[in-house]
Amino acid sequence: MAEIRLQNLQKRFGDFTAVCDSSFTIEDGHFFVLLGPSGCGKTTTLRMIAGLELPTSGKILLNGHDVTFKRASERDIGFVFQLFALYPRMNVRENIGFPLKCQGVPRAEIRRRVDEVAKLLRIEHLIERSVSGLSGGDSQRVALGRAIVRRAEAFMMDEPLGALDSEFRHVMCVELRALHERIDATTVYVTHDQIEAMSMADRIAVMNHGVVDQIGSPQEIYDRPRTVHVATFIGSPPMNLLRFDATVQAGQDSVRLNGSAIQMPALRESILDGKLALGVRPEHIRFADQGGVRGEIFGTEYMGTMQIVTIDTPHGQVKARMAASQGVRMGDHVGLRFDAERLVAFDTVSGRALNSRLFDEAGHG
Amino acid sequence: MAEVLIDRVSKRFGEVEATKELSLRIPDGEFVVLLGPTGAGKTTLLRLVAGLEQADAGKIVIDGRDVTREPPALRDVSFVFQQYSLYPHLSVYDNLAFPLRAPGRRLAEDEISRRVAAIAQLVRIDHKLASPATRLSGGEMQRVAIGRALVRRPSIYLMDEPLSSLDAKLRADLRVELKHIQADLGATILYVTHDQTEAMTMASRIGILDQGRLAQVGTPREIYESPVSIHVAARLGTPPINLLPAGAIAVHDMPEQTVTIGARTEHIELLADAEGPAEVIQVEHLGSENHLHLKLDGHRLVTLAPPEQRWQPGGRARIRLRKPLYFGATGQRIESHDQQREALREF
Repeated sequence: MAEIRLQNLQKRFGDFTAVCDSSFTIEDGHFFVLLGPSGCGKTTTLRMIAGLELPTSGKILLNGHDVTFKRASERDIGFVFQLFALYPRMNVRENIGFPLKCQGVPRAEIRRRVDEVAKLLRIEHLIERSVSGLSGGDSQRVALGRAIVRRAEAFMMDEPLGALDSEFRHVMCVELRALHERIDATTVYVTHDQIEAMSMADRIAVMNHGVVDQIGSPQEIYDRPRTVHVATFIGSPPMNLLRFDATVQAGQDSVRLNGSAIQMPALRESILDGKLALGVRPEHIRFADQGGVRGEIFGTEYMGTMQIVTIDTPHGQVKARMAASQGVRMGDHVGLRFDAERLVAFDTVSGRALNSRLFDEAGHG
Repeated sequence: MAEVLIDRVSKRFGEVEATKELSLRIPDGEFVVLLGPTGAGKTTLLRLVAGLEQADAGKIVIDGRDVTREPPALRDVSFVFQQYSLYPHLSVYDNLAFPLRAPGRRLAEDEISRRVAAIAQLVRIDHKLASPATRLSGGEMQRVAIGRALVRRPSIYLMDEPLSSLDAKLRADLRVELKHIQADLGATILYVTHDQTEAMTMASRIGILDQGRLAQVGTPREIYESPVSIHVAARLGTPPINLLPAGAIAVHDMPEQTVTIGARTEHIELLADAEGPAEVIQVEHLGSENHLHLKLDGHRLVTLAPPEQRWQPGGRARIRLRKPLYFGATGQRIESHDQQREALREF
């Protein structure tokens, strides 16, 4: 099992900086997700950890040993890709056992370990079948089996569920996480899908333009986003941003939007003539006649367990998450009240969250 | 806009019965969504209404007129396909104007320009009117395709999974837009999809299609809260409804014939109890809420919990169900005495 430590890791391709000075530690046994849009450097980071790509500068330590310039084959890392390439001429058993056969493991031992993996993945009934007739999900299970049969120190997974349809992807997320609990090996998982990241990760690193914006537990990143990118990349619907211009002072615990004061956690920094935005999660909005921000209902989306209400306001369109029983009609004028303790103010020029009392508790999430 | 009536329509392709004596009324100004898996007969039904297929039996009536034997051009319908089919050599403006310049219903150019401008604004493509269609992103192309359908004022708009080729974020945006546009125009829309979120969020009424038949028709709320069968109950809701064999959990007014109990994720109350029969086996974080995976007597359940409740794997709980649904041997819904009384009161 393994702890993975990255120190000032940097990767350039010509003029393009794919990964810019990344330093963080992935704890032993953690399910660690690198999350971000395409081109943010998440796959490059993963490939450097696996040894498939050499960093331009910086170090990678595996259990304290510097492996920066070691070959992939010397790092004892299992890899699962998005496009599961199974050997079409082999059956399920031969596919899963192939890495062991290459290592010269005795046949009886291979048989035992393949059976064990098949049981873990609940594909015992498919073990003697040809891989050509398998469903997408079963093919992906076999590909996973081939990766974990080696009992590597750590597993690298690059969008392994990307090719599956959305409903099934969710089923596989639950399975993958359960599998992780059973084998308990350090896993680094790359995805652009925030729901996958939130539902599986112990910790998430949110990346953008080669830079790690924030690292934390799913709930911490959701509750206390440090940048506009994190706030709007996470959540469905994502965090609302109500834009406004103002000068704010450290210590102040409200901001003025359209003349009304909105309570928020006390600010810890000042900003002069700021182009600011107030960040509000959809579930922290209620209707209130005296609410400071007013708007008109643009539409509602009934979801059964709840509904999403879209409201046009002078600060832009806002989405609120409400009980399905709440009566809402298109065209109605409403006042909005926000859950004061949960608000975040952003400087939209730098893209950073303003420090406030909300972040005092950071790290406990 | 007009009312459309589908009256006992059957269509067979060789051995396959695509629709079986299917009847559906689409009232003027309604947004009706047919929800079903691949092969349920959704697209066939749209093509029958459009006149792209001929019904073997039954009638199609648009605005009081029997059009069953009429060719597509005379039916006054407008079709949006799954794959945006724009004219690549034309600009966005000319693509939008195209249906208004068709022989037989050609409008004056100043009327065309007025309508195109209005529609372009509605589908938010007004800043790209001069661009060639090939220079647009996927989302923009699909907005133009939808705009091209909306620029005409036919009796009914027929839409075949128009959002399915778009990415998740754009799809979510366009869902809200399309419903707003429909309400604004008072348009009649028949829309088919396999995506339950689209059906739930946009429809005035949903028709659940199952092997060429309509299993249930009703508002999203009616179908979600009061499904007629297990099949329908399982079609709506994310995470899906929990299904347990009768007896797996004690419920006070369960009808005798019950074989399966259905419990929506939001109707399971959890009370922390070290001696409780249910065990938390996994916690999924979504930020706004958590999904708890539970094990009860060997059965798996999923329930919702606010993130403030810090459930951990291994935690134990007692379970109480609110508003359980009961299903009989063939999967049909059975109402308990309480539910019947409540239904009577509402009546």
